[in-house]
Amino acid sequence: MFKKILIANRGEIAVRVIRACRELGITSVAVYSDVDRASLHVRKADEAYHIGPPAAAESYLNFAKILGVAKQSGADAIHPGYGFLSENAKFAQACADAGVKFIGPTAASMEMMGSKTRARQAMEKAGVPFVPGTSKGLESVGQAEQVAAKIGYPVMLKAAAGGGGKGMRLVHTPGELKAALEAAQSEAERAFGDREVYIEKAIRNPRHIEMQVLADEYGNTVYLGERECSIQRRHQKVLEESPSSIVDPDMRQRMGEVAVRVARAAGYTNAGTVEFLVDQEKNFYFLEMNTRLQVEHPVTELITGLDLVHLQIRIAAGDKLPFRQEGVRIRGHAIECRIYAEDPDNNYFPSPGKITLLLSPSGPGIRRDSGMYEGWTVPVDYDPLLAKLIGYGTDRAQAISRLTRALHEYFVGGIKTNISLFRRILTDADFQAGKVDTGYLDRLLKSKLPEVRGEDAEIAAIAAGIFAMLDPASTAASNGDAVAKPGNGTVRTGWKSAARAEALS
Amino acid sequence: MLYEVTIDGKNYRLDLQRVEVGWRCRLDGHEIQVDAVLTRRDVLSILVGGKAYEIKRERTATDTHLWVGSTRYLTDLRDPRSLRGRKGAGADEMGPRKLLAPMPGKVVRVLVSEEQKVEAGQSILVVEAMKMQNEIKSPKKGIVQKIVAAQGANVNAGDVLAIVE
Repeated sequence: MFKKILIANRGEIAVRVIRACRELGITSVAVYSDVDRASLHVRKADEAYHIGPPAAAESYLNFAKILGVAKQSGADAIHPGYGFLSENAKFAQACADAGVKFIGPTAASMEMMGSKTRARQAMEKAGVPFVPGTSKGLESVGQAEQVAAKIGYPVMLKAAAGGGGKGMRLVHTPGELKAALEAAQSEAERAFGDREVYIEKAIRNPRHIEMQVLADEYGNTVYLGERECSIQRRHQKVLEESPSSIVDPDMRQRMGEVAVRVARAAGYTNAGTVEFLVDQEKNFYFLEMNTRLQVEHPVTELITGLDLVHLQIRIAAGDKLPFRQEGVRIRGHAIECRIYAEDPDNNYFPSPGKITLLLSPSGPGIRRDSGMYEGWTVPVDYDPLLAKLIGYGTDRAQAISRLTRALHEYFVGGIKTNISLFRRILTDADFQAGKVDTGYLDRLLKSKLPEVRGEDAEIAAIAAGIFAMLDPASTAASNGDAVAKPGNGTVRTGWKSAARAEALS
Repeated sequence: MLYEVTIDGKNYRLDLQRVEVGWRCRLDGHEIQVDAVLTRRDVLSILVGGKAYEIKRERTATDTHLWVGSTRYLTDLRDPRSLRGRKGAGADEMGPRKLLAPMPGKVVRVLVSEEQKVEAGQSILVVEAMKMQNEIKSPKKGIVQKIVAAQGANVNAGDVLAIVE
């Protein structure tokens, strides 16, 4: 078993992996950039090393620096978390070359699944069902027109190296195809340095359902249930749940067996996720494979009773999977909300800044994986995911009621968060009926916001006076980082310089 | 203590007095029995007629909100006896109002000119940060007294961008 693991990440996932290390008696090593010196993952780790300025390329994405810390600290393994270097085949190889175990799949598996066209080709060979289209990049507009005519409109143009909705174009008519192809190719070039674009039949109102797989280094591969991830805003997942309302045990088994076949075809080891698009007739099609632990792994952990990070570490350390497929049981229902520092009233504009007040929920069926704390300043330099709030219950209705109750208790003051979005989703009739697809959230957000009648305005007025008498403060000065200019009352809250000052202290 | 309070644009007159048991409170003339305890900085527990309320106070660079349960109210409190009133964020509604930058960014467009008449909610300028554009709106109907931040200027959170009187 490893003695020391370096967590090449930050925020809530770094905290989560550090916790697993502590539980397994393994020393944890954190890395941090200038703006992350005061962050929660540094506080919770056994050791911590500075790796550079905020820009990811000079810190969390920098091979030399990360491997330098591994050497300096004597870490014998690296857990990459998600994002950053987690799906970087070159980094996985660099770890192997440096004699440090990368906790995840091999560079070869990542390479095969990293290109969507290469993945499709491999899946074709393995007899895995996938969305009709091309498995190779489009070579000309003419070819695109031919294929599109064959598979039928609407079609989706997608970047082979892509993700997060970039380099994607939905095309409804032959007339739009040429312009859409050119736009997708240049966007892909700009975002990924690779203009390869392929084509797929666009499925009407598909669901995005993914299957968790786990494989040890001896060929034992299992599936651990599916996750319903259709609730997305601009192709980014926002709320996930397990199991999916439309997947019965038979469908789960069929999808699971296909997912295992996909993993085997890729020579896959450790934790991974096979993504499917599911149409309205419940036909499922391979979309892609994510060769890492995912953000939404907690919902799978709750319904299977398994700790995926413990298992990742054990598998990487050479242990055999301690159970077989027959030993995997699905029980209850879990729903996760991704709490972001974003302003829902202003097009989800990122809302970094200092968290002046934090009241966190807990109680029955509530799990909270958080990277924030009261008094912390959310940096502007990274993805603004603050925490994941998960509700678990015996059934979906109970999971919903617990999560709704917990969201009611959750208060993050000083910055804007998307917490109100989840209240809206969880009280929505279609969501409660399980009627979701990848277009669901866009439709909900377009619909009129229910009128929130402020019935307690009088209470607020009274409270305003009582606060002034019991807990007076001169505007934002009590935040601790404001510099009040005498005379004109302007308050400069320079949170960025405060964060830097904190980082250097 | 006498206060003028504005909650989501509606004005109230509040008269608050500490008494032996709780508070004596008169809101727009009518008496309300209030029991209030500050449980920690910025969190108040209020009991009125047996109903319990958890109130959170939140102050940002530009304004103050009170949350009663999960409902948010824009709040402004003024002590009418004070000669200058409160300046800075949430200043006297009757006087000049400063528009502050809510976050660090760059002023990419100035939409009005000095001495121009503006409505409450009208966009005054556009600040760009993290590749997204944020319209800064006038908090009141009035006249643009001064445009402090020029087009192209980099601003920090809390910087004065313009003044509307």
